[in-house]
Amino acid sequence: MTAVQERSVSTPTEAPKSRPIEVKIRRYNPEISDEVTWVTYTVDAFPTDRVLNLLMKIKGEQDGTLTFRRSCAHGVCGSDAMRINGVNRLACKVLMKDMPDKLTIEPIKGLPVEKDLIVDMEPFFEAFRAVKPFLITHGNEPSKEWLQSQADRDRFDDTTKCILCAACTTSCPVFWTDGSYFGPAAIVNAHRFIFDSRDQGAEERLEILNDREGVWRCRTTFNCTEACPRGIQITKAIQEVKQALLFRRV
Amino acid sequence: MSTVTTPGSVTASRGPSKPRFGGTLYRGREGMWSWVAHRITGVLTFFFLFAHVLDTALVRVSPESYDTVIATYKNPFVNLMEIGLVGAVLFHALNGLRVIAVDFWSKGPRLQRQMLWIIVAVWAVVMIPGAFFMFKHSFEVVFGSK
Ligand code: HEM
Ligand code: FES
Repeated sequence: MTAVQERSVSTPTEAPKSRPIEVKIRRYNPEISDEVTWVTYTVDAFPTDRVLNLLMKIKGEQDGTLTFRRSCAHGVCGSDAMRINGVNRLACKVLMKDMPDKLTIEPIKGLPVEKDLIVDMEPFFEAFRAVKPFLITHGNEPSKEWLQSQADRDRFDDTTKCILCAACTTSCPVFWTDGSYFGPAAIVNAHRFIFDSRDQGAEERLEILNDREGVWRCRTTFNCTEACPRGIQITKAIQEVKQALLFRRV
Repeated sequence: MSTVTTPGSVTASRGPSKPRFGGTLYRGREGMWSWVAHRITGVLTFFFLFAHVLDTALVRVSPESYDTVIATYKNPFVNLMEIGLVGAVLFHALNGLRVIAVDFWSKGPRLQRQMLWIIVAVWAVVMIPGAFFMFKHSFEVVFGSK
């Protein structure tokens, strides 16, 4: 017990130190020019800062024209997916203690850029809507509570976590070259209902995903699984949908 | 698409000219690069087979010209290409088995990275002695012991 006390006496807690970070950002404003430019800002960052804090510092203190989306700032809303040092991340979840002194920030790839880090999410949501991401039931309304066993719930638990940030879909090489591919996020949200024991729309959704722009386009690159800020095993979910299609077993 | 140039119309700043792609290379990991290699080796193999079907079909046209064509393959440069072909086919086949495991084995997606390192190890174990023996003859020709 004394050892703990001695340690806390001999090493007084130091105040965290900030360090300068070079943040290179891909800028684009069609109201001014069709040219894409790269602008580098230097900001001080504490190890506890997140990349989003740096962007807000830049916007607040250096260049108010910098444009990006963010809402919750806590990894819940899915607004601020962007490409940070080459990979899709939520800016609000990347801690500066894990990052080098230079950051390169770009919009997510494969969706039309509207301005700076903002992309047009419509094609992404269109694919999401196309898989009918809502409970489908037929017949009479149930007269009592719909019970579901833990095992039944576990079947699709992972895919309920999606926050629709588009980090997965825009990390997919197939989606970059063919924007009409449904993309991982739409398949994840279809999976969430296909494997829900209460849902009766599995056949419809499987038929939609059997399309030539559906699950069969997946090349198992695992970029989506590595990009997901919620840790969803996306490639596995896609595999399960492929198997449900092949063996007609949900 | 032609640009509409009615007087007074505003030049469209939206539309297809928007930069949809571009930027830096996506920093994917093992899964992405193994897929890139899989596609390259698959396409390479396809082109080899294409040429191979043609040169083999030549034997039906004229056995003499077939012999002439095959004789042009007997040099160290083509020997190196053969080693490359064996390496490409071997990688494609081994990684193809990995992709099949990812798609059909329930633990496949979780173990994809480990499976990649296993197939890369198998590839190296086969290719190092394989390349040595395949190139042995060319080596002796080039450096004069034969
Ligand atoms: C040796 C046995 C072979 C096996 C086990 C094999 C396996 C596979 C598999 C599983 C895929 C699908 C990959 C994916 O979904 O991402 C594939 C793709 C492909 N294979 Fe093969 N293959 C073999 C031979 C060949 C040959 C001989 C050729 C050339 C004619 C070839 C050309 C291709 C091409 C071009 C692709 C497309 C790659 C892509 O879309 O990413 N393969 N192969
Ligand atoms: S701002 Fe809401 S997820 Fe990052």
